[in-house]
Amino acid sequence: MTRLNKPTRRDFMRTAAAGAGAAAFSSVFPAISADADDAILVGGLHDLSGFIDFAGIPMNQIMLMAIEEINAQGGLLGREVKGVVYDPQSNMSLYSQYATQLALKDKVAVVMGGITSASRETIRPIFHRFKTLYFYNTLYEGGVCDRNEITLGTTPAQTVEQLVPHTMNLWGKKVYTIAADYNYGQITAAWVKRYVEQNGGEVLSTDFFPLDVTNFGPTISKIQEAKPDMVMSVLVGTGHLGFYNQWAAGGMKDEIPIASTTFGAAGAEIEIIAPEVANGIITSYGYYPQIDTPLNNAWVESVKKRYPDDTPFLTELSAFTWEGMMIWADAVRTAGSLDRMALIEVMESGKEYEFPSGKVTIDRKTHHAIRDVYVADLQDKQFVIKEKFSQVQPADTQTVCDLEKDPNANKHYEISLN
Amino acid sequence: MDFALIVLIELLRAVAGLVLIAAGLAIIFGMMRVINIAHGEFLMLGGYTVVLTTKLGVNLWVAILVLAPLFVGVFGIIVERCIIQFLYNRLLDSILATWGLSLLLIGAVTVVFGNTVEGVATPLGGFDIGDYKMASYTLVLIFAAALILAAIYAVLRYTRFGLIARSTMQNPGMAEALGVNSKLVYMATFGIGAALTGLAGGLLAPIAGVVPSMGVYFIGQAFITVVTGGSAIVAGTLSASTMLGTLSQSITFLSGPVFGDAALLLVALILLRLLPQGITGRIFSRSL
Repeated sequence: MTRLNKPTRRDFMRTAAAGAGAAAFSSVFPAISADADDAILVGGLHDLSGFIDFAGIPMNQIMLMAIEEINAQGGLLGREVKGVVYDPQSNMSLYSQYATQLALKDKVAVVMGGITSASRETIRPIFHRFKTLYFYNTLYEGGVCDRNEITLGTTPAQTVEQLVPHTMNLWGKKVYTIAADYNYGQITAAWVKRYVEQNGGEVLSTDFFPLDVTNFGPTISKIQEAKPDMVMSVLVGTGHLGFYNQWAAGGMKDEIPIASTTFGAAGAEIEIIAPEVANGIITSYGYYPQIDTPLNNAWVESVKKRYPDDTPFLTELSAFTWEGMMIWADAVRTAGSLDRMALIEVMESGKEYEFPSGKVTIDRKTHHAIRDVYVADLQDKQFVIKEKFSQVQPADTQTVCDLEKDPNANKHYEISLN
Repeated sequence: MDFALIVLIELLRAVAGLVLIAAGLAIIFGMMRVINIAHGEFLMLGGYTVVLTTKLGVNLWVAILVLAPLFVGVFGIIVERCIIQFLYNRLLDSILATWGLSLLLIGAVTVVFGNTVEGVATPLGGFDIGDYKMASYTLVLIFAAALILAAIYAVLRYTRFGLIARSTMQNPGMAEALGVNSKLVYMATFGIGAALTGLAGGLLAPIAGVVPSMGVYFIGQAFITVVTGGSAIVAGTLSASTMLGTLSQSITFLSGPVFGDAALLLVALILLRLLPQGITGRIFSRSL
């Protein structure tokens, strides 16, 4: 590794992250050891550049903010907490390289990160093998079975289960699904079909789109021919954004309403698509910044105060990264050690956490979050929360995974409904 | 019956889409033999010009039809002066240089403007065909594509500049001997190609998600269209766009977008196996 002597971007990021943390705590709690070698290291692996940096940068900002908060409360076990941040640039070989580095060279106590399922399945087995505790904080298609991973994002069984009956009650029973053509889209579309049928409705058609499709003309014509009561969009990525403009352009927006499992999930769509096009799209996620509880309002304020100029998008992804840090910190305090198994036992013991998103418990069988789920309507770039569902189970992953029976599981199941 | 009309318009729209994204490339690659990997980013710059200037209060149509081609055209001329002029007849070097330019542009736009700039809604609303609704803007795209091809043809065929440009591309030495400043002609031609690309990017802005990486969604189809079309700019672009566009769009109607995408690639593959010089290498080989 001859490159080690050269100052690189990642060294800079690491120094900057550490500097921010150290500055925050040392002024308040000068009593904690300031010896850098003694610090507890937290690894961060989020895409800070590349096509999905709009998702990764907020997650990283919130992770660093959580570290500052933990240090401001006196650190953990009398030691300072420090972030070790790498930018895998949406590049899977960098993901595996940095994951190995975090586990073996930096010897971090815990890692937050991975955004796409591809990146998670690149790094999850590495952390499993090297026994490094890992938090995945992104909504995804479900099915991860690994005792070393805590999965905080929602899965289709949690959100689609709420979204489908809510929108069917509003709009009617005939649904037309349009979905991205890869595993998230395929699996989520299958859940949509199941819940529509369970609620006495019918999926007229499910169309899949490769991620590079930008022209939706033929599909829009076919949807008009099928005359559904609503469209369920499981579209993903910036190529598919054109659908919403093309849909509104012909006047369809006022004819057939849209529900989506993806729109605004990471925040970007809400900024890119003009409000006159996006207003009225109904979504379901585990977190919205508009959740009106004292805890959440205070948290949103604290984020704005910490990042007044570059306020990160507050979505499931960033909010659950903060939850991940707090769950981990709480486990360290409770266990009084950094021992991985001791921490896992605390976290899977059924503790209830009160968070900005609501009440959260880690499901012992799957290590996924049991959490409150919301349905909200988008109006002028703000979500209006319509319904709240308490303590929703990750029912999809529960059908394939039981970590009590098989604690050594190390697998991502493709949940098949067909 | 109504549905048949819808399908017909959508087929024309697919052809128009390919013509729009490929026309500028056809000039730069077809005439000048420069492989511009940054073509997608030229489209993106056109899109960003529209999105940013309309935000400042500029009329949408002025932004699309004037500012986008103007800005990208000028930018193209700067690129030609700084990079491309040293790389004529160095095919591999030009690929590498323009690939670097492509990465640079994506990075620069992300840093300066961010990748979540609010886009513009599609103008003009829609009209009814029987029970169906169709966006009026679709007709604008079809009309614009036809106009662009007609304009390229007219300039090449009937103007002095077109004659000089064609002669310079065919035999720069002889053209120079006759008093033509070939450097100037290359620069202007590259600038026109870039301007057309900027116009296409501007036209696509209201119906696409305008993000720094949007070029990747178009560059593949643009190159496939130009290579399939062969060396004649107008006849090649038109024949390739028609063949690829109608086939892939028909398959999309019949079996869905996954097969439509695959069909486009398959048809291009077969055509290039049978006509390695492109359609106009064998057929219409004397046309423009």
